[in-house]
Amino acid sequence: MPALVGLWCVAALLSLAVAAIAVARTSIGSILVYGGCLIVSLAGLALGLMTLIGGAPVEAVVLPIGLPGTGAHFRVDALAAFFLVVVNLGGAAASLYGIGTRKHETSPLRVLPFYPAYLAGMNLVVLADDAFSFLVAWEFMSLSSWALVMANHRAPENARAGYIYLLMASFGTLALLLAFGVLAGAEGNYAFAAMRAQHPGATAGALVLLLALVGAGSKAGLVPLHVWLPLAHPAAPSHVSALMSGVMTKVAVYGFLRIVFDLIGPSTAWMSMIVLAAGGITAAVGVLYALLQRDLKRLLAYSTVENIGVVFIGIGLALAFRTSDMNWAAALALTAALFHVLNHSLFKSLLFFGAGAVLHATGTRDMEKLGGLIHRLPKTAVVFLIGCVATSALPPLNGFVSEWLMFQAILVSPQISQWGPLFLIPAIGALLALSVALAAACFVKAYGITFLGRPRTAAANDAHETDGFSLAAMFMMAALCVLLGIMPGAVVELISPVVQSLTGARMPAQSYLPWDSLVPIAESRSSYNGLIVLFFLAVSGATTAVFIHRFATRATRRSAIWDCGYPDPSPAAQYTGSSFAMPIRRVFGTTVFDVHEKSDMPRPGDTRAARYQVKVFDPLWRHVYGPLARWMLKSTAFLNQLQFFSIRRYLTLVFVTLILLLLMVAAWR
Amino acid sequence: MAVILDFAAQAAQMFLVLAIAPLVLGITRKVKARALRRVGAPIWQPYSDLWKLLHKEAVIAHNASWIYRAAPYLIFAVTWVGAALVPTYASNLMFSWSADLIALVALLATGRFALALAGMDVGTSFGGIGSSREMMIASLAEPAMLLVVFTVALIAGTTLLSAIAEAFASGQHGLRVSLALALGAFILLAIAENARIPIDNPSTHLELTMVHEAMVLEYSGRHLAMIEAAAALKLVLYFSLLSCLFFPFGMATADKSLAALGLGLLAYLGKIGVLAVLLPIGETAVAKMRVFRYPIFLGGAFAAGALAVFLLFVSRSF
Repeated sequence: MPALVGLWCVAALLSLAVAAIAVARTSIGSILVYGGCLIVSLAGLALGLMTLIGGAPVEAVVLPIGLPGTGAHFRVDALAAFFLVVVNLGGAAASLYGIGTRKHETSPLRVLPFYPAYLAGMNLVVLADDAFSFLVAWEFMSLSSWALVMANHRAPENARAGYIYLLMASFGTLALLLAFGVLAGAEGNYAFAAMRAQHPGATAGALVLLLALVGAGSKAGLVPLHVWLPLAHPAAPSHVSALMSGVMTKVAVYGFLRIVFDLIGPSTAWMSMIVLAAGGITAAVGVLYALLQRDLKRLLAYSTVENIGVVFIGIGLALAFRTSDMNWAAALALTAALFHVLNHSLFKSLLFFGAGAVLHATGTRDMEKLGGLIHRLPKTAVVFLIGCVATSALPPLNGFVSEWLMFQAILVSPQISQWGPLFLIPAIGALLALSVALAAACFVKAYGITFLGRPRTAAANDAHETDGFSLAAMFMMAALCVLLGIMPGAVVELISPVVQSLTGARMPAQSYLPWDSLVPIAESRSSYNGLIVLFFLAVSGATTAVFIHRFATRATRRSAIWDCGYPDPSPAAQYTGSSFAMPIRRVFGTTVFDVHEKSDMPRPGDTRAARYQVKVFDPLWRHVYGPLARWMLKSTAFLNQLQFFSIRRYLTLVFVTLILLLLMVAAWR
Repeated sequence: MAVILDFAAQAAQMFLVLAIAPLVLGITRKVKARALRRVGAPIWQPYSDLWKLLHKEAVIAHNASWIYRAAPYLIFAVTWVGAALVPTYASNLMFSWSADLIALVALLATGRFALALAGMDVGTSFGGIGSSREMMIASLAEPAMLLVVFTVALIAGTTLLSAIAEAFASGQHGLRVSLALALGAFILLAIAENARIPIDNPSTHLELTMVHEAMVLEYSGRHLAMIEAAAALKLVLYFSLLSCLFFPFGMATADKSLAALGLGLLAYLGKIGVLAVLLPIGETAVAKMRVFRYPIFLGGAFAAGALAVFLLFVSRSF
């Protein structure tokens, strides 16, 4: 039943995509399409929630399409239901935001038809229950999002971003195809049910894990496969960026979880080490690069890379616990990872919406040209601040809860019996702690440079507040960020059927605890209550303020900036984003960054202006992707000779190939 | 009745830390002055300073936003709640379970986040320089602090502050190499977090060296009073944390009789007093560091914390 409802949602989205071609140019086209997407997403959200809470029996639906003889299988189990919630929650918010963008969308025909198709693709990946449907849906999702990245294709950097995205997406799908090929085995049974019934051996399982890590990791943005993400995510319209960063990366996480926990079966210690190392490096590298960006949306995209790293740390921990037969700890780590998946989908969508409002209001994503927007976009400034606090994992908001659970999982890991993960986990814990701290620095920069200070350009000075629909979408996400932060127990309960089905254990029941506290292992060990923390903060802050205003003084005078007696009227005298990040850039120096600094200081007496130039590159481009691209070009140029042979040579080639193939068949027999 | 007494004990702790915070600051200033052969202000001077600031008109820049006005109260509230959560004279108070050690570290990070934003609000270069440096220091100090937290939590088997204090007070864990490393790291971090020499100088206005003072340069009147009070509370918080994690002796644990509570209070005040004397003596003995040498100082703390955690992963007996 749930799978059928899900398929109806997908069908509705696809028909909306077709209808969008007809109505895109009309004045109400956007409202119809985005409104339709909003309603369908809400239906999908309700479906996911009801399946998770109600625990509806899992049943498969087989449609007579797809590969001959097998048909297309669809199924909604707990894992799929949870990701349906994530996808459709993000989808509903983005659709609501999309209604607001209708007035300033220059080429609606390039966005409107692909948007519902993209949503349909993501839903279909989650619903699929055989490898063929999964891959078709995966490619559909990739291609429709590619079309949306190319919506503004005349900008040369967008064309480049789209090209690189297409390459990486094809590469990732290839890896997934091979992974499913190995899983299907010699009989070639592509239904997930058959794969689940017979787990591959240790070697094949390891191969599948690596392929899945490459395939899903390239979509999710694991280092070093993340290079396309900071280019492509910012290039799309902002609500699509929110979907790509907040939701599509989660669909990739879903793919990884489905393959590794559901289809491979038992894993070995070194598999968990690979996942842990990938997650730890991704988290640290992602946030360090986020800190150096001056493009607001690109900063957010790099921050997505960081958060994906955090999620993979949780998955790696769960794998490590599972191989040590500590299913209760695996449940804790996986709950932390899934909680972070949900959290990130909320606050990253919110931040991209906010960045979209800034972009629309000022026409630029370059933070060095912004500033002082808190006075021009007061409402956006409030919700963007909530998003920044949530991303920085600060209590009492939701980002902190999942990081806290992750730390609790790390603290039980000394009981792991294998030496490999045991020695790796302290280092991963340190990397996680470092990423959390750097994320706070990164978002102080993002908020402080964009929204605080004085406007750096006329465009920032003349900015105006965004429309009501966009604000509604942002306030919805911000409210959820606060709610999940103070009621984490409810989310843990929501996630528990998923964790139960994947690890065979669950976290202790949270519902009996007073005031919705969070107790991951036992009450004597650790507990956290966001509601009480928030209550104490509010009460002590408010009473202090009231007390001082009542009994001391409330006199306030507005005056010019003091600035130690030497205020500079030029807004250029403020700290810039680059100068803000400079100390951290110096500290981590050349080990992580490829930084080119050039300073040109005139000699004394010379009156020309001094210049200082910094360029930051991703060393991966220079050391991995650059050489790879050059090698590809060289080899294709060599193969290009094949195009200019005479007919005799072609015939000889065909003949030789035929002989070789026959010989191979003979040898095989 | 029991609930009311529990609540009273928690409230007493909350007002205790608030009441002694300026005094602790006064003692450190006095000792520092004596070490420098000055007479120094009386030890209750910080109370008078706060009183004076509270009654002064607040002067705010024309373009200051609500963040600038709300931040001092938020920073004060965060630090106050944090300081009230650390067991001082007794463990297991009414709300001690609502936030553990990790949450406490994160709570302080929330305050720092607000302060850094407030520093950037008006758009001056001083505010920016302070916020930038503060976040750089925090990005190195916070992970090191979490590693210290991991160390004590792994030994005690819990992250709840009261439970850790009780476990260490019972003496069952004895002296440990990892705890010594964690103590060393904690002292370095406490110096950095409280803006003391050699990381920052609380009494300077020299732009090349200041961090905390640069961020709060624009503040005046009651807002400045809130920030100063929060800074004093933060010092008390770190002193309490040091005595609770590493020297929890004398604290009232299971026995909550009046005598035990009185003894706990005396022990606590004694420990805080000793720390308030030791800190300025240590400060006088070293010189302020250059900004770009901070990573060496904080990296030392990080390395010590990482080593302690790693040793505990190798064997629980370290």
